[in-house]
Amino acid sequence: MTKLKVATCSLAGCFGCHMSLLDIDEKLFDLVQAVEFDRSPITDIKHCGPCDIGIVEGGVCNAENVHVLKEFRRNCRILVAIGACAITGGIPAMRNNVDLWDCFQEVYHYGIGLENGQIPNDPELPLPFDKVHPINEVVRIDYFLPGCPPPADAIWKFLTDLAAGREPKLDYDMLHYD
Amino acid sequence: MTKTFRLDGREIPFKEGQTIIEAAAAAGVYIPHLCHHPEFKPHGSCKLCTVNIGGRLGAACTNHAAEGMAVESETEALNADRRALTQMLFVEGNHFCPSCEKSGNCQLQAVAYHLGMMTPHFPHFYPARDIDASHPDVLLERNRCILCELCVRASRDADGKNVFGIGGRGIRARLIVNSASGRLAETNMSVTDRAAEVCPTGAIIRKRHGFTVPIGQRLYDHHDIATQLPLPARRGEGRGEG
Repeated sequence: MTKLKVATCSLAGCFGCHMSLLDIDEKLFDLVQAVEFDRSPITDIKHCGPCDIGIVEGGVCNAENVHVLKEFRRNCRILVAIGACAITGGIPAMRNNVDLWDCFQEVYHYGIGLENGQIPNDPELPLPFDKVHPINEVVRIDYFLPGCPPPADAIWKFLTDLAAGREPKLDYDMLHYD
Repeated sequence: MTKTFRLDGREIPFKEGQTIIEAAAAAGVYIPHLCHHPEFKPHGSCKLCTVNIGGRLGAACTNHAAEGMAVESETEALNADRRALTQMLFVEGNHFCPSCEKSGNCQLQAVAYHLGMMTPHFPHFYPARDIDASHPDVLLERNRCILCELCVRASRDADGKNVFGIGGRGIRARLIVNSASGRLAETNMSVTDRAAEVCPTGAIIRKRHGFTVPIGQRLYDHHDIATQLPLPARRGEGRGEG
C-alpha cells in the first residue's frame, strides 16, 4: 500500500492543534502505517514537497506565514485548515483592533518587569502584518476542522475519512469552536 | 376540532393567533432561530427561521399559523441559507469562541453547530467595537452583539426600564445604552433583570459567573440546540402587551 504523504505546519498558532494530533495516542501507530510525513514539526523537514494532504494550523500574521501557506497550497492536493486560528484568525486576531505599534510598545517597552526594552528590528525577522487573517483569505482551502484545538478523536476521524476518500463528517460531539 | 397546518409534511396543531414557530415549538419541532424568544414580542430580524409558506419565504416567528397551510422548513436550500446567514453574523462581529465566557451556552454557536458550520467562510470584518465594563455586575461586550434586540425588548417589556436601544443604521448599527454618558453604570439596570440573562450570545453577561460551569459541561457542548426547546409552559408568560 502506498502511504499518503502528509505535511503539517503552524503559522500564527500555538502548536495546540499539533499537540491534539499527538493526543491520538496509540492510534499514532496506525497513523504512521498509513501516512508518511513530509514537512512538519514532527520531521523537521523545512520545505514541503508534493503531498496528498496538507494540514495548516494558525492564521496569517506575517509575510513568512504567507510564503509557507502558498508553498503548502502549491504542493498539497488537499489543504485542511485546522483550529480556530486558521479558520477565524483566533486569539492572535484579537489584536486586529489594536494599532501594531501600540502592540509592540506594550510588549517590548511597557510590559511588566521590562527594562530598556527594544523592539526587535532584524532584517531576518518576517514583516508583521497590521491585521491577522484566516488562511482562507489568502489561499483556497478544501476542508475546515474547527476547535481550539479540535479534539484528538475529531482529527483522527477527519484524517481517516479523508484517507479513505470519504467526505469528512464529524459527530455533534466532535464539532467545537472552543 | 383542533386546527392544523402541515410542517414538512407533519400535521401541527395550533391555536388562533399562534405564530408558526410557536406552534412548531409546542409540537416539539425546532425551527432554527436567534432573535425569537417565546416570552417576547416577535422581532423578525435574524431571518434564520425563514420557512417556505405555500411557495413564499417568510419568517416563522412573524407569520401566523393558518388552517391547512403547507410550510417547509427542513430543506437543504433553507438550511444552506441559514448557514450563510449564521456565517455572516460570525464575520460581522468579533466572535472568538475560545476566549468567550459564553462558549458552550451561546445560541449563535449552538445554531452554527446545528447547521454544521465548519467555517465562517466570508472575509472577516474585525469591526472596532466598544466594551462597557462600567456596571459593577453586568458586562456589555459589543464585539459579540448580533443586534437581535432581545435585551431591548426584555428591558422595555419585562423590566420596564428601557435600558437598551439600537443606534445607527446598516453596518453602523450598534447597541446603545439609555443614559446621559451612554454607560451602563449610570442606568438603573440590575443583574437580576431579564435583560441581563436574555442575550443569546456573550454580549451581555453577568460578571463573576463566566466559568461557574466548566467548558465541556455546558448546555450545547454535547446536545444539539434542536433537542433543547424552551418549555412550552413558559410561552406567553411575561410577554409585554401593546
